[in-house]
Amino acid sequence: MALMTIREALAQTIRTEMDRDPNLLILGEDIVGGNGTAGGPEAIGGIWGLTGGLYERFGPKRVIDTPISESCIVGAAAGAALTGKRVIAELMFADFVGVCLDQIYNQIAEFRYMFGGRATCPVTVRIAYGAGLNCAAQHSQAVYSMLTSIPGLKVVMPTTPADAKGLLTSAIRGDDPVMFFEHKMLYGEKGEVPDGEYLVPFGHARMVREGSDATIVACGALVGSAAAAADRLAKEGIACDVLDLRTTSPLDEEAILDSVELTGRLIVVDESPPRCSLATDIAALVANKAFAALKAPIELVTAPHSPVPFARELERAYLPSPATIEAAARKALAYR
Amino acid sequence: MTRDLLIDAYRRMKTIREFEERLHQEIATGEIAGFTHLYAGQEAVAVGVCSHLGPQDYIVSTHRGHGHCIAKGCDVKAMMREIFGRRNGLCKGKGGSMHIADVSVGMLGANGIVGAGAPLALGAAVAAQMDGAGKVAVAFSGDGAANQGTTFEAMNMAVVLKAPVIFAFENNHYSEHTGVSYSVGAKDMATRAAGFGMAAHKVDGCDFFASYRVMAEVVGYCRAGKGPVAVEFDTERFYGHFEGDPQRYRGPGEVDRLRTTRDCIKAFRTKAIHEELLDAHTLDAIDKEVLALIEAAVTEARTAPVPTAADVLEDVYVSY
Repeated sequence: MALMTIREALAQTIRTEMDRDPNLLILGEDIVGGNGTAGGPEAIGGIWGLTGGLYERFGPKRVIDTPISESCIVGAAAGAALTGKRVIAELMFADFVGVCLDQIYNQIAEFRYMFGGRATCPVTVRIAYGAGLNCAAQHSQAVYSMLTSIPGLKVVMPTTPADAKGLLTSAIRGDDPVMFFEHKMLYGEKGEVPDGEYLVPFGHARMVREGSDATIVACGALVGSAAAAADRLAKEGIACDVLDLRTTSPLDEEAILDSVELTGRLIVVDESPPRCSLATDIAALVANKAFAALKAPIELVTAPHSPVPFARELERAYLPSPATIEAAARKALAYR
Repeated sequence: MTRDLLIDAYRRMKTIREFEERLHQEIATGEIAGFTHLYAGQEAVAVGVCSHLGPQDYIVSTHRGHGHCIAKGCDVKAMMREIFGRRNGLCKGKGGSMHIADVSVGMLGANGIVGAGAPLALGAAVAAQMDGAGKVAVAFSGDGAANQGTTFEAMNMAVVLKAPVIFAFENNHYSEHTGVSYSVGAKDMATRAAGFGMAAHKVDGCDFFASYRVMAEVVGYCRAGKGPVAVEFDTERFYGHFEGDPQRYRGPGEVDRLRTTRDCIKAFRTKAIHEELLDAHTLDAIDKEVLALIEAAVTEARTAPVPTAADVLEDVYVSY
């Protein structure tokens, strides 16, 4: 075990996997940085600091610094993957999914199916997402709900350094396309990371806290908020299951349903806006498959139906917080 | 050009033509579902390009993709079964005409999204650079796709990365139902491509021999690692944008005139016989073989098994 941040765990995993598999390449904007400048290559190493040193180690054929051309970054990743390569593509901000959505949902997601199972497209698109840095509407969105709805894609969101390593390794080595969401506010999160080979399989939620009074389901940065809310409730003797989904596609339906069968109360926490979202998806699942177990209406704690605002006060009001999650849990607990 | 090469090129062009002419008939009967876009008239482009490619090279096609498939070596009978929506079709009846593909022969797919192909071809070229074996990738694009931002992005990035990708622009003068004189703002596509910093050529895409000659130079240049190249082919579309298109945008007698004066297969025959490259007997024999192949493909496709509801969920993922 080694203590490191999510940033360090991800960077180390990329380097380790590129060492391990000469067939793996990475591309994105400024992942080398400084090309064509007096500062020379390697001036940046990725704006999130994950790709420094790769260029020197693996060279320009495997570490490809691209112009600002998201459709081409994802499209080229797809084309290379169809020919048998494994590819990591970096989208600097999740909002840029809007620029290259065609390549994600008409191309990468559908190739295997359209081609009758006679092709694979092993692309891991690393996507920095989420609010918290006051980057406002076009640099803060949590677009995972939209991508979770697309057949053919897998959607992954690590919340601990260990999971960052284990899930990214699984994503890179797997044969299906993966949308790998890295929350901007979690890059500095520290934790113990297993040494050596470590893979976390998809579709297995992580139990963060255990308790039989209510179930709180969350993903990404809001897992921490959910755990904080559960800690506050625990002081009053209210014990909650807190589930970190880890992957929203595939979804660990069993873990959610098992917990709700036990607690009878469900709070879903989701950073995306409320309509057609992960929250509504999970609420529908539970309403359909665990209706009899429910003791209270399902509470949804989500971002509002608005773009992400800029000012600190507004962004704080926009995001679910430990306080809003706690309030939702209390409401569920107070029902009847 | 050797005699074998000429025979092979003629056979492929004729196969594409008869495949499309037959589909035109079969679609009219209602037996084939969905949208179909026929390539008849443009054969010299696909074959002129692919005659220089081997199975190790890659192409990315368009919604008008049957010709590219046949030129690159896809199995004609499996293609017909696919277009008929059969379970043992080239893509198990999941893709159909617009998404037909065979990655095993380097054909990375027809594509229902106009302009999506160029970035994919760039990716195949990036992979080829990694392998260092002189492989090339071709992005076939129509004059419609030539106007998409994705195509511009791919051209710029190909120049930046010096990638071995060939942008083959098939100018059939119609972007769906709109004329190129309206939809392409630049003088032509080759000049515009040259503006991205790559070599660009223009050639009569109804002349197989001219197309073949230009592509010999272009593919050699790419294989040598000198970077991307664009080629604009002046070609003709004998049918509508899709089957069923009433083609109200055509001038009177336009298609008849094109079929008389701009038929690349007729032109091939005339030149081959006139210059004593191949005799009429040889060409007639190929025509007969091709017609028999298409007949067999249709007969087989008609009776091939259809997919079942249980197949819907197959092949979404490798594992889920």
